[in-house]
Amino acid sequence: MKVPVTVTVNGQVYQREVEPRLLLVHFIREVLGLTGTHVGCDTSQCGACVVLMDGKAVKSCTVFAVQADGAQITTIEGLARNGQLHPLQEGFWEMHGLQCGFCTPGMILAAYDLLQRNPNPTDEEIRHALEGNYCRCTGYHNIVRAVRYAAEKLRVQA
Amino acid sequence: MATRYFGVAMKRREDPRFITGRGTYVDDLALPGLVYAAMVRSPHAHARIKAIHKEKALQHPGVIAVFTGKDMVDSGVKSLPCGWLLPGMKLPPHYPMAVDKVRHVGEIVAVVIAQDRYTAEDAAELVEVEYEPLPAVADGAKALQPGAPAVHDEAPDNVCFRWSIGDREKTDEAFRRAHRTVKVELVNQRLIPNAIEPRAAMAQYNPATDEYTLWVTSQNPHVHRLLLAAFVLGIPEHKLRVISPDVGGGFGSKIFVYPEETIVTWATKQVGRPVKWTARRRESFVSDAHGRDHITEAELAVDEKGKILGMRVKTIANLGAYLSTFAPAIPTYLYGTLLSGQYEIPTIYCEVTGVFTHTTPVDAYRGAGRPEATYVVERLMDVMARELGEDPAEFRRKNFIPPDKFPYQTPVALQYDSGNYEGALNKALEVIRYKELRQQQEELRKQGRYIGIGFSCYIEACGIAPSQVVGSLGAQAGLWESALVRVHPTGKVTVYTGSHTHGQGHETAFAQIVADELGIPIEDVEIIHGDTGSVPFGMGTYGSRSAPVGGSAIVLSLQKIKEKARKIAAHLLEAAEEDVVFEDGKFYVKGVPDRFKTFQEVALQAYLAHNYPPGLEPGLEASSFYDPKNFTFPFGTHIAVVDVDPETGKVKILRYVAVDDAGRIINPLIAEGQVHGGIAQGIGQALLEGAVYDENAQLLSASLLDYALPRADDLPSFEIDHTVTPCPHNPLGVKGIGETGTIAATAAVVNAVMDALTPFGIRHIDMPLTPEKIWRAIREARAA
Ligand code: FES
Ligand code: FES
Repeated sequence: MKVPVTVTVNGQVYQREVEPRLLLVHFIREVLGLTGTHVGCDTSQCGACVVLMDGKAVKSCTVFAVQADGAQITTIEGLARNGQLHPLQEGFWEMHGLQCGFCTPGMILAAYDLLQRNPNPTDEEIRHALEGNYCRCTGYHNIVRAVRYAAEKLRVQA
Repeated sequence: MATRYFGVAMKRREDPRFITGRGTYVDDLALPGLVYAAMVRSPHAHARIKAIHKEKALQHPGVIAVFTGKDMVDSGVKSLPCGWLLPGMKLPPHYPMAVDKVRHVGEIVAVVIAQDRYTAEDAAELVEVEYEPLPAVADGAKALQPGAPAVHDEAPDNVCFRWSIGDREKTDEAFRRAHRTVKVELVNQRLIPNAIEPRAAMAQYNPATDEYTLWVTSQNPHVHRLLLAAFVLGIPEHKLRVISPDVGGGFGSKIFVYPEETIVTWATKQVGRPVKWTARRRESFVSDAHGRDHITEAELAVDEKGKILGMRVKTIANLGAYLSTFAPAIPTYLYGTLLSGQYEIPTIYCEVTGVFTHTTPVDAYRGAGRPEATYVVERLMDVMARELGEDPAEFRRKNFIPPDKFPYQTPVALQYDSGNYEGALNKALEVIRYKELRQQQEELRKQGRYIGIGFSCYIEACGIAPSQVVGSLGAQAGLWESALVRVHPTGKVTVYTGSHTHGQGHETAFAQIVADELGIPIEDVEIIHGDTGSVPFGMGTYGSRSAPVGGSAIVLSLQKIKEKARKIAAHLLEAAEEDVVFEDGKFYVKGVPDRFKTFQEVALQAYLAHNYPPGLEPGLEASSFYDPKNFTFPFGTHIAVVDVDPETGKVKILRYVAVDDAGRIINPLIAEGQVHGGIAQGIGQALLEGAVYDENAQLLSASLLDYALPRADDLPSFEIDHTVTPCPHNPLGVKGIGETGTIAATAAVVNAVMDALTPFGIRHIDMPLTPEKIWRAIREARAA
């Protein structure tokens, strides 16, 4: 028994028939073939799967694809505009905020959510906001710097 | 030659694909006709398998096949091999799927292959396994007690090996003469690696060519290929291609040959379709090789002046239910040999008992033996300093191996190549402003605040080598590295390295070396790794070996390239070869720099071979296999400053200073990143992480809800500095930096917490130092 869903991902509209239990993360990765969104756990802990749903960060492993019916999703693939990296992407690159890169897409989108709510976060606020995203490689030091870099850049741009 | 890239904190060339979601990890791959595997795993730690009923699963729509351990063994599949053998060691078989008995929770008993992931998992639940549960033991010390349930018939007392190093009599004698001795009992708890990318494997068989391809999350694809092909599956080595694409962290856990990749490689031929398996996190917890798990008794003896006379160490190392690929080496040659630390210790004796238990196998996890050794040494140093009433920094300083004693022969086999331990200590003391800090500590104590300062002066041995020596110690492999440098006709360069990057940034750091040596723009250099189809046999990445061993192999190939290019250039310049200088990418005759041939022109001529030295082969490529003369020995001092709240037991890290010496640094940005990550894992062990098994050997900490990985707000920012003592025996002067943080941090943090708790008379608490444990210890101390 499949049900139809219409989801806009990175500005493109997709209509698909899916099993009701299909997770949004698997919809994105396996149905749409956008593999930048990762799966790191099965208990909604790691944050590797974070995407923006209607502008807010969600762990896409906790959402069914059918719940995203009618929603606007942004994944890491859709963050750069016109070949221009988003300041967060730039920050992670400049500040060496990634090593293996597996946590990075989720980390960037979680930080995106933070900077929307709080354009000028302290280090402590950054650390707190990223609590739901594990990184095993970087020790977070450079991730904090990366987010700070992006915050400054976005403020200058604004 | 002018250095242009070496030593520059370049941002990484691999990052654009990762920050835009264009990385390619194993689970991202798909093939036409792909089907999925789900593993049926034992819920029991120890049980006899009475029967396995496949019928219900097979009837489930979408299921293609169900296989058991018996199916594999009947078709000729062999035991997974162990790559390090110790004399007299027990080596019970380890089949990819259990055949008669299961010996740890999570051991695979059957595999379901189905058309999609969800169906495979549904059907895995329909496989009915009849078990007869048997008594189990998880704790290494308990497994040694008489009457403990035996894991294998081959080892009724659960002893896999007894190993020792050093001079027992001489050490006992030192303790008899000692002015003062101290003894500590330490548990180095079991850790679960938890790379954020779960392990995964996808295999494809082509019946027309009889070739297999395996994509697997591997730190060493050639080792995977050799062991799978020659030892387990009986596939001709050249008919199995192993590709390890982008890999999301390893920390040791992706070195080993595991049951799952073996199963999918075997199953793909059975079902005639490509097969993929990706671990769910709960599978990672029970199936990725764990780390550490030592129980240790350690003693230190000093004379009247506080100079160390000897060290005695006795360790029980829990190996888990089966021997993982390099398991026997970790608590022996990578542990006992490191017990001299940075100190002049006239005699050391260490005894290790390797024990089987009904738990997930234990193997190398970041640092692998060396963090365990450092923890022993640095805890002993602290406890002794306190016993003597000496400042812990000064007590260490007094016992350092002085700089003029290198190369230094320790009593536990290693010969340290170079070091200046006092230099690193002094720098760290300066950065932290030690004197002021001690005063501050005093004042705060009066106000009821307890801060502590903890040291860890560590030594690491990395780039384990040379092959002949490791072979004599039991390694079933050589520990050299390969590099093939291929110069194309346009002068662009592709380097095939036997090292493997899974976060370490080789595509940048190695390219920095190449661009400098050949005087070409870094954009002209491509680094290829992780594919046995194109890369020469290589040993892979672990033990901080990529820069010192893998990087050196590249340098050797570059030297060969330059030699040949010089011959071609001399011919073009109509000069004698000895007169030709190569500088900044140009060949010219000594003294005539404006008449030159560029590297690109020479490369082109190497392929045209029109105007060419007689007798010289066309083409410009070279491969090398670099076997180091010795290990390299990074060292340093880490200092942690913590604040312990006596009311809640909570530890806050106020500052963390790391001064490391890894020789010359290729890329400081990457090197610092490695240190950060290592420290985070070390702090994780000290304060948060630990595998918990219950009395029945059930893993209680089997999810990220129950196992505390460090989060962003658990950690401080780090203060990183370094000293530079080049490695004297490799061409780059580099050591290794990947594990220093993990090796140092654990002891630094625990020492800091114990320093904070000094006023309570608390001498030791086992890790992880959770608020509860600290709170209890304080309460008990206050009551006493
Ligand atoms: S995959 Fe881990 S939180 Fe979603
Ligand atoms: S960069 Fe590897 S997990 Fe974050």
